[in-house]
Amino acid sequence: MNIHFEKRKTLSKKALFLVPLVSLAASFVLTGLILLLFGANPFATYGAMLKGAFGSWRAWTETLVKAIPLMLTGLGVSVAFRLKFWNIGAEGQLTVAGVATAWVAIFWSPWLPAGLLLPVAVLVGAAAGALWAGVPALLKTSLKVDETLVTLMLNYVAILFSEFLYYGPWRDPKGFGFPGTAPFPDAAWLPRIAGRAHAGLYVALVAALLLWVVLNRTKWGFELSIIGNSQRAARYQGIAVERNVVLAVLLSGALCGLAGSFEVTGISHRLQQGLSIGYGYTAIIVAWMAQLNPLAIVPVALLMAGLLVGGDQVQMVMGLPAAMGLVLQGMILFPMLAGSLFAEYRVKVYKNPAKAAESRAPGGA
Amino acid sequence: MFAGSESGGAARRPPPASLGKVRIAVMKDREGSAPKGGTAEAARAACAPEEAPGGRLVEMRGIRKSFPGVQASDGVDLRLDRGEVLALLGENGAGKSTLMNILVGLYRADSGEILVRGERASIGSPRDASALGIGMVHQNFMLVDTMTVAENVVLGIRDLPFVPDMAAAKREILRLSECYNLKVDPDAYIWQLSVGEQQRVEILKLLYRKAEILVLDEPTAVLTPAESEELNAVVKRMKGEGKAAVFITHKMEEVMSFSDRVMVLRKGKVVAEKATSDTDPKDLARLMVGREILFRVEKGPFKPGAKVLELRGVSAIDERGLPALRGLDLEVRSGEILGIAGVAGNGQRELAEVVTGLRPVTAGSISINCVDTTGKSPLEIIKSGVAHIPQDRNQVGAVGDMSVASNLAMKGYRARPLSAGAILLPGKVRELAKRLIELFKIATPSPETRIKFLSGGNIQKAILAREIGACSSLLVAVYPSRGLDIGATESVRKELVAERDRGLAVLLVSEDIEELISVADTVAVLFEGRVMGLFPAAEADPEKIGALMAGMSERGEESTP
Repeated sequence: MNIHFEKRKTLSKKALFLVPLVSLAASFVLTGLILLLFGANPFATYGAMLKGAFGSWRAWTETLVKAIPLMLTGLGVSVAFRLKFWNIGAEGQLTVAGVATAWVAIFWSPWLPAGLLLPVAVLVGAAAGALWAGVPALLKTSLKVDETLVTLMLNYVAILFSEFLYYGPWRDPKGFGFPGTAPFPDAAWLPRIAGRAHAGLYVALVAALLLWVVLNRTKWGFELSIIGNSQRAARYQGIAVERNVVLAVLLSGALCGLAGSFEVTGISHRLQQGLSIGYGYTAIIVAWMAQLNPLAIVPVALLMAGLLVGGDQVQMVMGLPAAMGLVLQGMILFPMLAGSLFAEYRVKVYKNPAKAAESRAPGGA
Repeated sequence: MFAGSESGGAARRPPPASLGKVRIAVMKDREGSAPKGGTAEAARAACAPEEAPGGRLVEMRGIRKSFPGVQASDGVDLRLDRGEVLALLGENGAGKSTLMNILVGLYRADSGEILVRGERASIGSPRDASALGIGMVHQNFMLVDTMTVAENVVLGIRDLPFVPDMAAAKREILRLSECYNLKVDPDAYIWQLSVGEQQRVEILKLLYRKAEILVLDEPTAVLTPAESEELNAVVKRMKGEGKAAVFITHKMEEVMSFSDRVMVLRKGKVVAEKATSDTDPKDLARLMVGREILFRVEKGPFKPGAKVLELRGVSAIDERGLPALRGLDLEVRSGEILGIAGVAGNGQRELAEVVTGLRPVTAGSISINCVDTTGKSPLEIIKSGVAHIPQDRNQVGAVGDMSVASNLAMKGYRARPLSAGAILLPGKVRELAKRLIELFKIATPSPETRIKFLSGGNIQKAILAREIGACSSLLVAVYPSRGLDIGATESVRKELVAERDRGLAVLLVSEDIEELISVADTVAVLFEGRVMGLFPAAEADPEKIGALMAGMSERGEESTP
């Protein structure tokens, strides 16, 4: 018997759908083995996670709270990834947007009409995220500076800058030394839907739908596909490659920025420590698991958020480290990468006695 | 030597075990001693042709291999004797490369068996093949650009010590390059080398591994005529040493000059096997396509119209910053095919890129339909009715991972009917694709198939279909029939002539002199970025063009001012 991989002529639709699911199952099995090592019952643990993430109304809303930034940053990085622009700076773009939104919410409120405060704060935040992504984009397109390093480094710049602000000049004088700004005025609070889940959810859902339409049904989306596949071919077709890469990365940064703006206006109502719990990095897993498809990012982000929330529950219920959720997250990526093989290749099993004999023959090298 | 003898069957095959093992022992011994005897004399002694023992090197029996939808090898038998060069001739997709990829362990046959030096061999990987003395020079070289020649040569050798003895490796490379006349600097980086030199490195790699069976996949496609001659000499020398080569090609002339025996494949089957001396190019062409081939293209009378493209004193530089075009003056009128002849690398690519706006000019001016287009963007030039069939069809002309339909839409998507405003209309794209696939007879399983799975000829047909549709005044075609089989070449040439008859201006860059003479109306010869000669194709003869291509200027000929 002989197992062969054969390249598929067209991407298998079924495989595209099945691969993430099977990968997920495989990662549950692998993590289960680790749980056994810890002496925990995998089924009980998964049960606790499921209950913690989706078992009650409150759990659902908390999962949504984490799913919203994951959706937005996932959408953001997927736009850049489609162009093979490795934006791993979602974390920084999110943080900078949080800072910019806080700036508007706190310092513009005295003169900006109350009704405009929230939209302006959010838009300025998104613009800040876009600009933060625009720096590596311009460096890449004009000087060919590697974007992976620049986006990563700018994360630290953004995070440390935000710390400087809420530990220093922006610290709330009435905050009893707590590192954070003063709370935003009420006009800058994003309405909540249920529990702590806020209206950012609607924006994320609409963004996913719009992005799908833009990428799949517009001329610009078509141009981006060509650029993502071959810049030389794009140039030859008369497409302005550099300009479009910069535009797409600005869009990427703006989406990541929205996530940051919603975190400060919807959840914390101030700029404070713990703005992001690594959403910008988890976004990379979300984007790949969704195979860069905007519509798939929504359920995948929900799942990842569930793992985060469920992980916290595991700590309380099972006495296991909360990091179990993170372990499971990481575990998903490996089968995913292995699984993407099956979307491109089909497995063929040969049962040929002649060949079997040949491979057993001692004459071979 | 048993080349050509039909009865070299089992009786004459040497006892299986002995020959191979003895030879390996001999080789091992030489391997040990060669680096020590580093003097030129020792080197010459070592490369003196050894006793060339005859005998069967390879036998492939009943090889079958299928890919989704294609039977690439359909029960092929092949034999290769010592001291012989076998040409595998066939159209694109005839199964030549598949068969050889099975021999070198890149593919596994679905059924059939392979005997090497009389012993049954199971070749599961290129390493297995290498251990058996089988090596292949692929069409796309397998070299690491950022490493040196010597590093590339030793890369992948089994049992390479943790710290390889590079000094010894370099000595051996120098010895080999001297005795086979394969000049190359072992310390040069691959990216610094020309394509011809890179091919030498590939061959050195095989020689270094003591390969006896060399598979060359269309080796001359990237070479100048002079380099092809050098390659021929190298192959002859190896032959003299009892090595053997399989030569994949679809050019009849090469079969005639390189090979001793020729096997013609069609649709995965052997349709003929002959001694080269018993055949001629016409015969081979007929066998290859299964019908008589028109070598001349039918075309209407030459009725040139208004000036479409005009270049005045155009200069440009290449990637390395060296002058590629030096004050070029050219013009193409409507209804005219201007053929650009020349050895590759004399400014042809730059000429096409300058005209289509992909490369800036450093001096001079270009106008299309009497409008100055110097310094205009590629998009503006496309919009003025210029289409371009680029030299690199896989990376530039087509986007491999996108569908045939998307590739066909890459020019027309900007306007109706494929799009309305900013919105792309997938239904219309599919409609267009279906129409073009039928019109241009593009063989594809469906419009959704990723274009990289099509054969070279069908990819080129798709590019042609798209570009011609977008073309209203000038068509720039760079090596449009390069690497295509006879059938596809014929249809590409017919299409170019049809566009000319339709009143378009065509700028055709080709290295095939026959093609230029039969297709073009006017021929210009480029040499080092200058026009060496310009004359009606009717008055051109291959010798004259050849001399101009080599840079020999002819007095009394109309040439550049």
